[in-house]
Amino acid sequence: MSDAWEVIFQINTLTAALRLATPIALAAMAGTLSERAGVINIGLEGKLLAGAFAAVYVTYVTGAPWLGVLAAMAAGMLVGLLLGLFAIRLRADHVVAGVGINILLLGLTTWLLQVVWGGRGTSPAVTSLPRWSIPVLRDIPVVGELLGSHSPLVYFTLLAAPALWLVLFRTPAGLRVRLIGEHPEAADTVGIAVNRTQYLTLMAAGALAALGGAQLSLGDLAWFSQNMSAGRGYMALAANVFGQWNPVGSLLAALLFALTDAVQMRIQTLPNPWPAELVQMLPYLLTILVLSGAVRRSRPPAALGRHYPPDHGAGAL
Amino acid sequence: MLEGTGTSRAWLRELAVALVAIALALLAGALLLALAGYSVRDAYWSLFQGAFGNIYSLADTFLNAIPLMFTGLAVAFAFRGGLFNIGTEGQLYVAALATAITALAVPSWPPVLAIAAALAAGAAAGAAWGFVPGLLKARTGAHEVITTIMLNYVAILLTTHLVKTRFKAPGPVDQTALIPAAARLPELVPTTRLTWAIVIAVVLIALVDWILRRSAWGLDVELIGQNPSAAAYAGVPVTSRTACIMAASGAIAGLAGSTIVLGVLHRFITNFSPGYGFTGIAVALVARTRPWGVVPAALLFGALQAGGLSMQLFARIPADLLTAVQGLVILFVAAPGLVAIVRRRRRARTPAAHEAHEANETCVAHETRDAHEARDAHETREAHETRNAHEAHETVRKRGANR
Repeated sequence: MSDAWEVIFQINTLTAALRLATPIALAAMAGTLSERAGVINIGLEGKLLAGAFAAVYVTYVTGAPWLGVLAAMAAGMLVGLLLGLFAIRLRADHVVAGVGINILLLGLTTWLLQVVWGGRGTSPAVTSLPRWSIPVLRDIPVVGELLGSHSPLVYFTLLAAPALWLVLFRTPAGLRVRLIGEHPEAADTVGIAVNRTQYLTLMAAGALAALGGAQLSLGDLAWFSQNMSAGRGYMALAANVFGQWNPVGSLLAALLFALTDAVQMRIQTLPNPWPAELVQMLPYLLTILVLSGAVRRSRPPAALGRHYPPDHGAGAL
Repeated sequence: MLEGTGTSRAWLRELAVALVAIALALLAGALLLALAGYSVRDAYWSLFQGAFGNIYSLADTFLNAIPLMFTGLAVAFAFRGGLFNIGTEGQLYVAALATAITALAVPSWPPVLAIAAALAAGAAAGAAWGFVPGLLKARTGAHEVITTIMLNYVAILLTTHLVKTRFKAPGPVDQTALIPAAARLPELVPTTRLTWAIVIAVVLIALVDWILRRSAWGLDVELIGQNPSAAAYAGVPVTSRTACIMAASGAIAGLAGSTIVLGVLHRFITNFSPGYGFTGIAVALVARTRPWGVVPAALLFGALQAGGLSMQLFARIPADLLTAVQGLVILFVAAPGLVAIVRRRRRARTPAAHEAHEANETCVAHETRDAHEARDAHETREAHETRNAHEAHETVRKRGANR
């Protein structure tokens, strides 16, 4: 056990945690955003996969990882739109639609992986995102080691969490989104286009979550592999609940999950590793524990999962 | 057979919804095939041949349908209690290993006893794997979708670990030794791999159907599914029932794994399932959560699975396309108001709003006291949907004039 504690507090384990937290945190923030607007977003897993695949495919074709990142965002927005189409316009149960989306994208990305590159399992390696080294930051002793050199998407995530908090809780736009999640009738009464705002929120959330996918495939590694999200989209949902539907809380909860992930990876490199499969279970078990402990103490948006009569915006779709 | 959950007209309408959903999903699949440059005709022809082309492919369709009957029934049963069990994959893994270990442990038992013990061990393991998320849901509110999917990963890792460290047969593959002949399910049709598993599945479906329609326990399940707080008010012990529903669902799903071990593989092999758990969701939804609906739905998806292999072999098109098609089927089936059947809970919470959208005038009329009120309700909704107050007013007026 003492071994494990030493591993946890090694600086490169923490650095790895930050890197691994990024996809979960971005997806969790996406969950926060859409659930604040009243739409349950089980489809995060699918958005991660869509983003990861689109990023690698476009980078493979163009050789430019930044174009890959843009493609990931576009793919995420499309998936967000699809979820909106079913959950809002076609009035499907949000949870069932989300699971459908996840299965659709698991199948679609695995299929395309084989159609495009043949074989099974993984794509060829492509150019990964650069590692940014932040001038002043990298020279500070411990902080420099922790924050000094990462994929740009890691920095983006660290800035996006407080930014999203500001938008949600300190701007009129954020108030509109939250009002829809709490009381869509009230939102409608004061002239907010409920469904149109929900669509926009879902698309923004899709882009965010897909950036998480791009970090998985282009930031962390340089290829796409089948089901590479491995349940992180669902972990992100748990992180969102644990973080009390707050972007900063989502980021912190994602860091907690990622720390377990980083620890399990480190443990496997130790001279006397614990059985790989047992250690790999840790993040999944932690997610269950955290979720079970968190739900009682949290309060979801009051109108989460409800359908609201299509407004003028949705009528056009 | 199905009258317990609706009139025959409602039943026909639901059948139509399921068929339309499948047709739309296959159409989308064709679009994807065409976009990727494949011949849609060749692809779907080899799919059809692989599913129904000859007696062997037909047997394959049935063989693939059996585990789907169990997982589909498991998901459908949980749905009736308002719970979404997407953990059937994990439940069937732990059950399969428990079954294999039990069968290996009792080599000298007479066949009937050995098979019964192995099946019971599997069902118990699956039940335990379902009980945990059920209890967590009831006690803490942790959403079963998240906990069950986490437990899927845990189950696959745990069974792999146990096989590697405790039960591995010599050789490169992580698998157990072959179970004794006495513990194998006997063949139902000689020279095929169709065993008595299909009989077990059908008996179980009949049993669940009976429980849901005729037993007090089944009434509790339906009540919880429709409105948990009302059920609690009516004296249903919601916490323990919720845990039991998930445990029962897990046991049913577990039998999918158990019957594969006893009837097809004759051993536990790590990662053996080609996604029977997830396909079970599509089966349950296409069956509109009715136990007997699971039989044709499982045969359909069994056909897709069998046909998918032949499509991969002969048309050289990766079979994973069919996973995407399954996702689409789930989306389409869930779309036009299946929700009302699946999760009546929501309807109970917002009766007026939900009914008004879902339904046509007759449905509204049925719910409200008299026809006049119903017309008003309908018009109010229409008024609400039109672009602005003026238009809304116009609509109501014109309607009045028409009448």
